[in-house]
Amino acid sequence: MTGTNSLIQIKGLRDGLLVSLDDAPWDEQRIAFLAQVDAQPDFFKGARLALDVASQVLHVNELVDLRDQLSERGISLWAVISESPTTENTAQLLGLATRVSKPRPEESRQFSVRDLGDETALFLERTLRSGTRIEFPGHVVVFGDVNPGAEIVAEGNVIIWGRLRGMVHAGSKGNKNAVICALDLSPTQLRIAEEVAAALNPQENPKPEIARINENGKLQAEFWSPG
Amino acid sequence: MPAQVITVTSGKGGVGKTTAVANLAVALASNGSKVVCIDGDIGLRNLDVILGLENRIVYDIVDVIEGRCRLKQAMIRDKKLPELYLIPAAQTRDKNSVSPSDMNRLVKDLRNDYDFVLIDSPAGIERGFRNAIAAADRVLVITNPEVSAVRDADRVIGILEAEDKGPAALIINRLNPALVKKSDMLSADDVLDLLAVELIGIVPEDENVIISSNRGAPVAHDPKSKAGQAFRNIARRLKGEKVPFLDLDSSGSLWERLQRLAGRK
Ligand SMILES: Nc1ncnc2c1ncn2[C@@H]1O[C@H](COP(=O)(O)OP(=O)(O)OP(=O)(O)O)[C@@H](O)[C@H]1O
Ligand SMILES: [Mg+2]
Repeated sequence: MTGTNSLIQIKGLRDGLLVSLDDAPWDEQRIAFLAQVDAQPDFFKGARLALDVASQVLHVNELVDLRDQLSERGISLWAVISESPTTENTAQLLGLATRVSKPRPEESRQFSVRDLGDETALFLERTLRSGTRIEFPGHVVVFGDVNPGAEIVAEGNVIIWGRLRGMVHAGSKGNKNAVICALDLSPTQLRIAEEVAAALNPQENPKPEIARINENGKLQAEFWSPG
Repeated sequence: MPAQVITVTSGKGGVGKTTAVANLAVALASNGSKVVCIDGDIGLRNLDVILGLENRIVYDIVDVIEGRCRLKQAMIRDKKLPELYLIPAAQTRDKNSVSPSDMNRLVKDLRNDYDFVLIDSPAGIERGFRNAIAAADRVLVITNPEVSAVRDADRVIGILEAEDKGPAALIINRLNPALVKKSDMLSADDVLDLLAVELIGIVPEDENVIISSNRGAPVAHDPKSKAGQAFRNIARRLKGEKVPFLDLDSSGSLWERLQRLAGRK
C-alpha cells in the first residue's frame, strides 16, 4: 500500500509497517504523518511501526515526542532508520532498532548473514550505556565498554574491545557458529543462536575470553591465548 | 558574570535531587552568591517544603510562563538568606504545561542578575526531565550507591552526552561507609568505575538530612552535619575551588560486593 501524501510513503513489512519520510522540515512531516494516521485510525491501530526518516537530524526530544504521540494512537514505534549518525544514536539510546531487514518471503532465515557477506560489521567507538540497544544484521565491534542495561543483538559475531557487562545476543537469526569475544567477559546474559547463559562468573583480574557453542551444544566461554 | 545554570537530575526517583538542589542553593547563598532555584517537578512540587517556603507561594512557574504574573512576582525570597530565591512548581498542573523553550526563555531572564540558577528535575527521562535540562549549562547527575540507581544514572548520562549536555558531573548520595566496609554496599570507586564521569561530591547517609528537611531548614545550614559539610564542599567546587573529597575507604573488591549483593556468595 502506498500513502496518499506525497511526502510520506507507507509499505507493509512482514511484521508491521514501514513509513518513509523525506528531508522536508521535521515538524511539517510529523504533523502530516499524524494527520494521515488520524484520518485512517483503524488501519494504523495496533501497528508496529518502523520509520525511515532519511537524513533528518533528530534528538531525544523529537523522537520521544513522536513515540508518545504514536503510542497515544495505539501505534508502537520500534525502529527508526536514518542516514544521520545523530539520529541513529538517538534511536539506539531510546532502545529502538536502527535497521530493519526486509526479508522477502522466499528468503530463508539462514541466508541473512551470508547475504551480507562475512565482512559487514558495525563499528562503534564509544561506551554503550544502560538503555542503549544495538540491533544489526551483521557483525558488531565495540571499541569501548558495554554497560549493564545495554543490549547488542547481532546476526553475526560480536567483539568487544572493552568490558562486556550488558547483554549480547550473537547469531540472533540462528547462526550457531557465531562467537562473542570481550577483553573482560562479565555479561548479565549471553546468547548465541537459541542458547542462553546467565551471568558468567565475574573475574577479579579479567582476561580476554571467547564464548561459543561447544560440541555438546552448550554455550561455553574460554580464555583466549595466543597461538 | 552571567549565571551558571545547573540542573540536578537522576533517572531513578527518590535518590536526593530535591535535597541536593535545596542544600546547594543554601550553601551557595550562604557563601555570598545570588541564587535562584527552580522547581522543575511540575505536579509534584516539594522544593518549597524542604526550603520551608511552602506557605509563601502565591504564583508559580506556570503562572509566569502563561503570563499571569511577572517573573519577580513568582520569586519567593528565603527566610534566612536574602540572596536566595525559589520559583516554585505548579502543584495542580501537569508537566505538559511547560516546554523546553519556555524554560530557555525563563532562565534567560535570570542569567544577568544572579550567579547561580539551580533547577530540580523530576525522575525519569520524559518531558519533565527534558524541560529541566533544556536551559542547563551544566548537569549534575545524582545517584545512590545501589545497582539500580547507578544503572539509571548511566542511562541519563548517555542521553545527556547525546544531547550535548555532557559531560555530566556526578554526586553519590547516601553513601554508608560502614556498609561499604562490610562489602554490603557499592563504594564510590565502584560507581565511578562504571559511570566513568567526573565526581563532584560524595554525600554520606545522614539522618539529619531527613530531620532538617522536615523542618524546612536544609542541613547545609548545620555546621555539625557531615552531609551538610559534603553539600558545602560541592558548592565550593561549583565555584571552581579545589576541595579534597571526604575520605571514605572501602575494602574488598567490586566483584565480592556485587556477588554478595546479588546473593551469589
Ligand atoms: N544523604 C542523605 N541521608 C539521609 N537521607 C537522605 C539523604 N539524601 C536524601 N535523603 C532522603 O531521601 C528521600 C528522598 O530525597 P529527595 O526527595 O531529595 O529525592 P528526589 O530525588 O528529589 O525524589 P523524587 O524523584 O521523588 O523527586 C528524602 O526523604 C530525603 O530526606
Ligand atoms: Mg524531588
